[in-house]
Amino acid sequence: MRRTIISPILSAVVMGLGQFINRQYLKGFSMLLLYILGLYYSMTNLGHALWGVITLGEKAQHLEKVGRINKMVHGDHSIFLLVQGLIVIFLIILFVVAYILNIRDAYRTAVEIEQGNTPNNFGQTLKKIGTKNFPLLIITPQLIFLFFFTILPLIFSLLIAFTDYSSPKHIPPANLVDWIGFSAFKDLFTLSTWAHTFYGVFAWTVAWAVLSTLSCFFGGFLIAVLLQQKGIIFKKFFRTVYMLPFAIPGFVSLLIMRNLFNTQFGPLTQYLNFFGIQGPPWLSDPTWAKGTILLVNFWLGFPISMLMITGILTTIPRDLYEAAEVDGASGFQKFRMITFPAVMFALTPIVIGQFAGNFNNFNVIYLMTNGNPVNSDYQFAGHTDILITWLYNLSINNGKYNFASVIGIMIFIILASFSIYNFRRTRFYREEETYQ
Amino acid sequence: MSSSGKAKRLLWLTISHIILILVAIFALYPALWVVLSSFRPGTSLYSETILPRIWTLDHYRELFTKFPFGQWYINTLKIAIISTVFSTLFVLLSGYAFSRFRFRGRKGIMTGLFVIGMFPSFMSMIAVYILLLNMNLLNTHSALIMVYSAGAIMGYLLVKGYFDTIPKSLEESARLDGAGNFRVFFSIFLPLSRPIIVFLSVTSFAGAFNDFIFAQMVLRTQEKQTLAVGLYNMVNAAFATQFTIFAAGCVLVALPITILFMFMQRFLVEGLTAGAEKG
Repeated sequence: MRRTIISPILSAVVMGLGQFINRQYLKGFSMLLLYILGLYYSMTNLGHALWGVITLGEKAQHLEKVGRINKMVHGDHSIFLLVQGLIVIFLIILFVVAYILNIRDAYRTAVEIEQGNTPNNFGQTLKKIGTKNFPLLIITPQLIFLFFFTILPLIFSLLIAFTDYSSPKHIPPANLVDWIGFSAFKDLFTLSTWAHTFYGVFAWTVAWAVLSTLSCFFGGFLIAVLLQQKGIIFKKFFRTVYMLPFAIPGFVSLLIMRNLFNTQFGPLTQYLNFFGIQGPPWLSDPTWAKGTILLVNFWLGFPISMLMITGILTTIPRDLYEAAEVDGASGFQKFRMITFPAVMFALTPIVIGQFAGNFNNFNVIYLMTNGNPVNSDYQFAGHTDILITWLYNLSINNGKYNFASVIGIMIFIILASFSIYNFRRTRFYREEETYQ
Repeated sequence: MSSSGKAKRLLWLTISHIILILVAIFALYPALWVVLSSFRPGTSLYSETILPRIWTLDHYRELFTKFPFGQWYINTLKIAIISTVFSTLFVLLSGYAFSRFRFRGRKGIMTGLFVIGMFPSFMSMIAVYILLLNMNLLNTHSALIMVYSAGAIMGYLLVKGYFDTIPKSLEESARLDGAGNFRVFFSIFLPLSRPIIVFLSVTSFAGAFNDFIFAQMVLRTQEKQTLAVGLYNMVNAAFATQFTIFAAGCVLVALPITILFMFMQRFLVEGLTAGAEKG
């Protein structure tokens, strides 16, 4: 029989056999080894893994009669079953991919031989991986790494949204977790308390993202323009001072700010008291708290906008302004017709990126207020909670893992549509293939 | 220019200066307040004067006697430096692969990475925790290093964009001389990408240095903790009674990063702008 038929068939029956026929013994041997390991692993683990992922365990922790006494016996741990099941399934998928590649390789080598070429020996094969398959060689290990620490956890979290994994009734090891389909989604949007919380938190999240992005951008813009004027002294000094909020690690600044705005003992209240003014409830009144965190976020965020805008300002050609002056344009007109369009043209993608960043600005909210003051109408959320801090509190502090996952999916949908819009406007997409 | 125009201009300049000075005070005040608090005797947040009446270094001493602050510092530097080296190398290599090679699945992988990056990272935290628990890696520094460097490849876009601008002719002559892919990467690409390397390493260093959420979840015992976790717990536990020690801690934690950022300012702004332009 022809080699091109027999060697892929043999490789399909047992990995590596086709390679032996092609006289690639070392390759064939390593594949055979992989085959044995893979097959052994699949046979011992696949069944249990599938059972685990599908049923999420069948026996909860329960009492069992051992001899004469009742003893607490460990049941199935649904969450461990799910995670471990996912890992096993992934490894087996990798094995299947290797299997397919092995058949293809046997075929290709057979074709080479029939054409009268000598197939690569093992050393040549390795060398080929180092040159022709170089990009895959450096990316694959990273992707595997990424798979374990990002993708697998993400798949897990996505799946959790379809389970009843939530406190107090469905927390392993004491209880089992079950698949419940879209119930958590439905509850979030229709159960009055959950829906009320979701829409409330969502509205504030959008308001927060818009206000914090615009305040930092236009504040930074204003300061950059003021600083850029002719006749301003100590420019360098001012710029260095304005850099400070950007340079100090954010979490340190925020922890400091929380104390700064302490209603009882904070220095701001104290100064106001000195002038006989009662200090406002900086972080304990809903409206004040929102204002305060916006102010704090402005402090953190304006420097970087200022620096970037200063960079753009220096690239605007001077003769544009001179021409405008000849035409008798006022300072404001020059700003409106030249400066503003130039900056917006360069920085619109950045502003959109910053909006997405602020949408998920965990640190500011968590460290300043942790979502407080408490809103008694909300489910596990406070007045200043945004979606991402609510998600965090739901899962870490309250054990409502499935609701947290649903919210995570919502955040993803919102941000993804935003980013895709942003992504398509950038040059990346259009110029991708033209550069060479 | 007419004299009224001159007067108007002078007035405007004065107003500009006043605004700039006010903003400077606004920017400077919180840092100044903490530095001054750290030298003030006593423990409380409350103080009668802006400048301390008596200056003391006690709180800096207490940091090291009451807390394992030196150990925290060593832990943090260790974690931050190792994960910076790994993640910078990883992301540079992946940018190189995506920029200079055309291979099957390239676009798919790039889009996939982009999409994954849009999921909130907290979503996966529970699962990462379970994985680490199963791998017996809880309360270890290597867990943090692994998680921090595992995500590095998602920043490929910035590097790819930068490498795309390096002319092909540069590497072609090297390839004619027989240089392999790694040689080209290390001897041509790396020397040309100083700004981007600085940007990547400073941001990933700061990222690891500043993380308190994930670090807090993984690191359980006090002597394993990092500065961010330690500082966070310090102020969360009993801020009113230990505020001045906390202030001293803030100064020591913030100082190196602040200086680093001040010096690297140019690279950071360039990197941020470039990153956003590329998507």
